[in-house]
Amino acid sequence: MSNPVLTIANLTKRFGGVTAVSDINLEVMPKETIAIIGPNGAGKTTFYNMVSGRMRPTEGNIVLDGKDITGLPPHKISRLGVSRSFQINNIFPEMTVQENVEVVLSAYHGHSRRLFNIASRNTEIQQEAVEFLKRLGIEDLKGQRAEVISYGDKRLLEIAMVLATQPKLVLLDEPTAGMTPDETRRTTRLIKKLADSGDYTFMITEHDMDVVFNLADRILVMHRGEKLFAGSPEEVKNNPEVRTAYLGEEDDEAVEEANQ
Amino acid sequence: MKTKVLMAILAAVIAGLIAVPWIASYFYVFIFTEILILGLFAASFNLIFGYTGMLSFGHAAFFGIGAYAMALILIHLEWPFLVSLLVSMGASALLALVIGFLSVRLNEVYFAMLTLAFGMMVFAIAYQWRSVTNGSDGLAGFTLGSFGLGLDLTLANPSVYYHVVLGIVAIASIVLYLICRSSFGMTLKAIRQNPERVSFAGLNVRTYRLVAFVIGGTFAGLTGGLIAPFLRVASPELLHWSMSAEPILMAILGGTGYFLGPFIGAAAFVLLETVITTYTQAWMLVLGIILAVMVIFFRKGLLGTVIDWWMEVKK
Repeated sequence: MSNPVLTIANLTKRFGGVTAVSDINLEVMPKETIAIIGPNGAGKTTFYNMVSGRMRPTEGNIVLDGKDITGLPPHKISRLGVSRSFQINNIFPEMTVQENVEVVLSAYHGHSRRLFNIASRNTEIQQEAVEFLKRLGIEDLKGQRAEVISYGDKRLLEIAMVLATQPKLVLLDEPTAGMTPDETRRTTRLIKKLADSGDYTFMITEHDMDVVFNLADRILVMHRGEKLFAGSPEEVKNNPEVRTAYLGEEDDEAVEEANQ
Repeated sequence: MKTKVLMAILAAVIAGLIAVPWIASYFYVFIFTEILILGLFAASFNLIFGYTGMLSFGHAAFFGIGAYAMALILIHLEWPFLVSLLVSMGASALLALVIGFLSVRLNEVYFAMLTLAFGMMVFAIAYQWRSVTNGSDGLAGFTLGSFGLGLDLTLANPSVYYHVVLGIVAIASIVLYLICRSSFGMTLKAIRQNPERVSFAGLNVRTYRLVAFVIGGTFAGLTGGLIAPFLRVASPELLHWSMSAEPILMAILGGTGYFLGPFIGAAAFVLLETVITTYTQAWMLVLGIILAVMVIFFRKGLLGTVIDWWMEVKK
């Protein structure tokens, strides 16, 4: 049995009197895909912000691969192997698609400190950037300015940038939000392929239940900052509490089941 | 093809600049000396603004300290010119490290205000500390001695000094250009566009901002070291906050998105000032109108607009 990539204990975040995330415990095993679901305001993004270093937890611990990363700044957590995407596109709009990935690769390989190399002749980094674009199926766009490509392609570009730091844990925050149904299918397929390759450990938040049930090995259901339930997609589907709280609040069957 | 044309234009410009003292009067030698110095000053500012995205309102502090360092050395120590220039750069680098360390942690308007405040403090010190800086009169009456490296140059001759400035500005510009083209330079551009993404890629954005600030400040110190012997005085005006506005105006006038933009801006600024002041006292009014037109209609500056236009024509 291998050790967990990420161990979260009693993680809590309070804003004044409001508890956004309350006492979450979670272990993420290598190569699994875990989805975090819950209605708006359930605390998913706050949870992500703490794991990626954007916010400091009020209480609790986050341990990555045996190392305590609680409260470290984002750049240090990123260096240690947690990489994340955002709900809104977070790219370098005035650079080409390929340069976007090159910036991240330069950071990862320590080239960003080089004052007197010529970035446009750094073939090593350029080839690697194209490799990552290929993995996301957007290498045709490499010469385009990032701001002019489609919304869905921007999201894929951001995933390419997230993967370029060779992370131990990949956090994707609603990767298909705002996508057309076609783009959603394409993106889900891509993430599925990346997850099946066994190279990555994914944590995903998502509103689209088809995407969640398609990708997740395990699901954590959050409700008002607390853990409501955790289990396999099947267990989550059949759990009456989850159905009442989230999946089908209008669903008569679920209400009946809950009443029994 | 495109690079060949650009190289040809650049070579012609450099040849023209070298020839200035032989084909034009002293008046133009002075004008072009000023353009070269202020061009590099504006380019050093643009590393901080155009590349890294930090609007500094205190860049004159580094220009001024470079000028004062040069004047003090020439008066008290009479070191060779090149050595004094290195001290000018060192002094401004140190000041930029202190001001930058305290400023780069803040963003946008707070960063601008803090750099302005530090700039005013440095001005106040130069203005008040009479025993060292000679107060509002500034330091004058120094003489230029040897150049250094065993070269026998009469620096007091305006034509000789012009060629020295041209050589030093050219070398410094090449170094600055290489920095802009490096992986570090690419990272600075990324920071301007999206600092958060850069920090989530594993870089300490604050450190990168500080390094950019110090490099910009150091080159500004070099230009200060060049301006003092040219003006024959190091006075508090060089440190005044209105002097911090000049590289901002020049960079925007020429185009912040291009390495050579600030040089073009400095040339336009100095030439316009020279021409307009022969006709009217209201130079600032005319400058204001030109800047307003540039910002409203030609965001990319003179150079950016010309390049865009050329691209259109070629299509």
